[in-house]
Amino acid sequence: MEQLQFEYAAGEPASRRVLVGVVGSGDLEVIIEPGAKGKTSIDVTTSVNGYGRVWDAQLTRVFSAEPRAAMNIRIHDFGATPGVVGMRLAEAFEALAEADGKEST
Amino acid sequence: MNRATLLSRESFVELGARARAQALLDPGTFRELAGPFDGLTSPWLARQGVVPQGDDGVIVAKGRIDGQPAVVMAIEGAFQGGSLGEVGGAKISGALELAAEDNRNGIPTRAVILFETGGVRLQEANLGLASIAEIHAGIVDLRRYQPVIGVIAGQVGCFGGMSIAAALCSALVVTREARLGLNGPAVIEQEAGIAEYDSRDRPFIWGLTGGEQRFAIGLADRFVEDDTAQVRDVVAALATAPVDATPRSEQYEHYLQCITEYVARDASHQPDPAMVRRYLGERE
Repeated sequence: MEQLQFEYAAGEPASRRVLVGVVGSGDLEVIIEPGAKGKTSIDVTTSVNGYGRVWDAQLTRVFSAEPRAAMNIRIHDFGATPGVVGMRLAEAFEALAEADGKEST
Repeated sequence: MNRATLLSRESFVELGARARAQALLDPGTFRELAGPFDGLTSPWLARQGVVPQGDDGVIVAKGRIDGQPAVVMAIEGAFQGGSLGEVGGAKISGALELAAEDNRNGIPTRAVILFETGGVRLQEANLGLASIAEIHAGIVDLRRYQPVIGVIAGQVGCFGGMSIAAALCSALVVTREARLGLNGPAVIEQEAGIAEYDSRDRPFIWGLTGGEQRFAIGLADRFVEDDTAQVRDVVAALATAPVDATPRSEQYEHYLQCITEYVARDASHQPDPAMVRRYLGERE
């Protein structure tokens, strides 16, 4: 097991909390809570050691590609491939966006 | 079943624990307690190099079932085989105790437990065992006031100390995928030998411990399809029924008698599903 920390620049705090996924074989859970304005911090706990650079590359790509709300994110990973990680993050962002859509109406 | 009905129904077995709890409660009434954002993860797993889960694999939700106050406890089988540790176990036993307290204060809270568990979480040893004992006590306390309905949907099944919890429920609902046993197949094979119990022989395992057999011999009360709407309706009917004065676990004399007869006559023969049905009595 390995624990990794990442930090990225961000915008306003996220509007709500979101949970997606499960800590099952080849899967992960992503727990998102609103963060302090301007900063997203990510704590990754992964069952697979030695993949820090892969996490860094993937998360940097996801969180630097476009401006995102400020979040505190906890990831509990049980051997998910980067493809599954990408889908779970997309699912979480979709859930956040849906909530924003509802709240603005 | 034809193809159209197969395609139109929503599987219950394929739902995660949280979605199962949501499916059983009246729409809009689901309110999770001690949830994944509350920081109640297992304090023991990470120290042993095992990744924890935000809700420790147990979802507790209050809500209503057919308008009646209810609490649903769902075990997530995908996380550590649905094993019960200190935190997850305390969430279930605490919810049962609060439901019984509700009843003593005039609120008729009933309970549904969705079993998907191999039993105690070995990494948490005695703390898990202690919490399972508290769950047993909680079920026995609450079932005096309101039904405690157990559901084993599959595919993990229900084993170990939690199989005793399932047996203590006012009523037990199973699917064809469900399995119920004190020991899991791999454990029995290890202890009894592969000649007696081959854990990889799926028809054999399901034939003895599967939902259909457990229902046929009266150890489960309802046999349902893997259909969310049907599971919901059956659970709602049981959860709103009057309390049974003599739950199955009070009829242990009858079961001890069945076992005594088997030991006297047939103990030297490998039991098969038909023999078990002969001794335990087959449901008409």
